[in-house]
Amino acid sequence: MGDLDRVMQLLAKLPGLGPRSARRAVLHLMKRREALMMPLADALANAARSIRACSVCGNLDSADPCAICTDDRRDPSVICVVEDVADVWALERAVAFRGRYHVIGGVLSALDGVGPEDLNLDTLVARAREPAVTEVILAMNATVDGQTTAHYVADRLAPAGVKVSRLAHGVPVGGELDYLDDGTLMQALRARHSV
Amino acid sequence: MVDWTDEGIVLAARPHGEGSAVVTLLTRAHGRHAGLVRGAFSGRARGVYQPGNRINAEWRARLSEHLGNYTGELSAGHAAAVLDDPLKLAGLSSACAVADASLPEREPHPRVHDGLAALLDAMVMDGIGDAWIAAYVSWEIGLLADLGYGLDLDACAATGSNDDLAYVSPRSGRAVSLAAGEPYRDKLLPLPRFLVGAGGGDPDDLFAGLALSGFFLERHVFATHGRHPPPSRTRFVERFAQGTTLSGGGRRE
Repeated sequence: MGDLDRVMQLLAKLPGLGPRSARRAVLHLMKRREALMMPLADALANAARSIRACSVCGNLDSADPCAICTDDRRDPSVICVVEDVADVWALERAVAFRGRYHVIGGVLSALDGVGPEDLNLDTLVARAREPAVTEVILAMNATVDGQTTAHYVADRLAPAGVKVSRLAHGVPVGGELDYLDDGTLMQALRARHSV
Repeated sequence: MVDWTDEGIVLAARPHGEGSAVVTLLTRAHGRHAGLVRGAFSGRARGVYQPGNRINAEWRARLSEHLGNYTGELSAGHAAAVLDDPLKLAGLSSACAVADASLPEREPHPRVHDGLAALLDAMVMDGIGDAWIAAYVSWEIGLLADLGYGLDLDACAATGSNDDLAYVSPRSGRAVSLAAGEPYRDKLLPLPRFLVGAGGGDPDDLFAGLALSGFFLERHVFATHGRHPPPSRTRFVERFAQGTTLSGGGRRE
């Protein structure tokens, strides 16, 4: 197999890319060898060498502890528990949370054979016991597996004596009631509050 | 081209590719039946294919033995209704996992389907306390019966009487009266009163019911295939035991 074929084959394994789009990407890279291909190769090599999971929160960064865990401007009393690093990025994009994170690395799933021992929970319980921590926010997806995991994590955190909260479920911004499913409407009604 | 429409309950959705999923439904007329749902994890459909949700499904394939494609619309969002209740959520996950792991593919079991639909409807009702757990136990015992492993709880295996039934023989699955079973009580399984129409439904009875159906499911359905009960069922029973005060470990005193 030639080098080009090898690159195309590897690119085709990436999410969002198939063999055809991988061929287009490789052709584009070849045309912009100096401006794009070489810097991309260097960046990938550097990232592969330096990026690792933060030993405190599980986030990905080139430093350990990660930049979020070592940022003094962030509130150390609140920990937001998320399933995956992508969720950290989503919350950071929203600039709505200034506490710290904990990535558990998945959800309990009988289908995928993921049990509590496969999740990054022991370090979370240890962090929750630290005197500085007063609240843990469970920001799992509003799915059966996500919320099953959230309830399990809440049980594990109960002995730590911290406040445990979770994200609200209900009508999304821009959502029209007529188009919402019954379950979401039920959740929204249950979580209503005074105005 | 083969196609049919049926009502189905989502048992599982396994990601396939980037946005699609192989969804397993428990349909009324076609049994446990899988099919590919394109875009199952897209924004609009993401909430639809959650375990426990009821779907009006259409299945289409070129040949009947193919995996085929599902399309469908949500008719009842049970999953969202129980997300906040840890015990009900565990019960829903357990029921779907047990049905998914125990029923043969493409073999109609309309009573199991109807029972699961009724159980899910009971779960989302407010103000019924733990009464739905009795319905859960009855559904599992009905599932055993549909699979050919029914329990005989009508009369005592030793005396033939239907008075004061208190135990179930782990060997035969038949009821045993309190008097006849007393010498063997440590070897017999407690029979919850709600299963013989004698009231009950207290935590001890419910726990005994879960233990009873769990014992026979494990022996007849899972162990014969070299499998263990689904972890979600184990978690459900553990959560129920944690959240309630049992007076006698599920045994009738």
